[in-house]
Amino acid sequence: MSLIPDIISWFCLVTGGMFVVIGAIGLLRFPDFFTRLHAASVIETMGSILIVVGLVFQAGLTLVSVKLVLLVIFIMFTSPTAAHALAKSALHGKLEPITVEDNES
Amino acid sequence: MEHHIVLRVIAKFVIPMILLFALYVQFHGDYGPGGGFQAGVIFAVGFILHALIFGIDHTREVLHLQTLRISAALGLMLYLGTGIAGILMGGNFLDYSVLSADPVSGQLLGIFLIELGVGITVASVMLTLFYIFARP
Repeated sequence: MSLIPDIISWFCLVTGGMFVVIGAIGLLRFPDFFTRLHAASVIETMGSILIVVGLVFQAGLTLVSVKLVLLVIFIMFTSPTAAHALAKSALHGKLEPITVEDNES
Repeated sequence: MEHHIVLRVIAKFVIPMILLFALYVQFHGDYGPGGGFQAGVIFAVGFILHALIFGIDHTREVLHLQTLRISAALGLMLYLGTGIAGILMGGNFLDYSVLSADPVSGQLLGIFLIELGVGITVASVMLTLFYIFARP
């Protein structure tokens, strides 16, 4: 493995891992359902995509990297849909989002 | 479910991919992770997703319960038939080596047919359970 793809790969992997940690902290610390859903979306968009792109650079031009690119495409389709369905059903179930007035009082 | 337009559009795109991935898991099971049981479950999941989003009545129109009963029996008969074909061709029950002139290609053919029977039966039984427990 040459140096330049290795550097790009590890940069993507470490940045993706940082996004996952940030999302996990947000998932635990945020006050209500919708903000926690926002933090979880950070994990499943930026975190997973950056980690898989880093793995594509590790794999090089092989069949494995083609499968990983397909995986990224399907994650980009399905995870926003799942977040949308969760938020929509929460609103449908009369769950009120927390507002600034709630925070101050 | 009429107003869930995002879910409907994404499901129309994703369901064929799920079925295609089930066939990949089925037929690539000789060389990688996978096999008949997993492929059957993934194949059934495609139809269960269809039922969750478009309604169980539409799924019943796409795939009748009677069809599922027939295909569940068909998969089991494929499994048993492969086993009995081994006896008829001079080996033991489920002895794949005698299915072809060459033992290695006979074993490939035997495991292919067995896994196909397992996959068909598992998909049919999973969907039958889902249909029975769902709203009539």
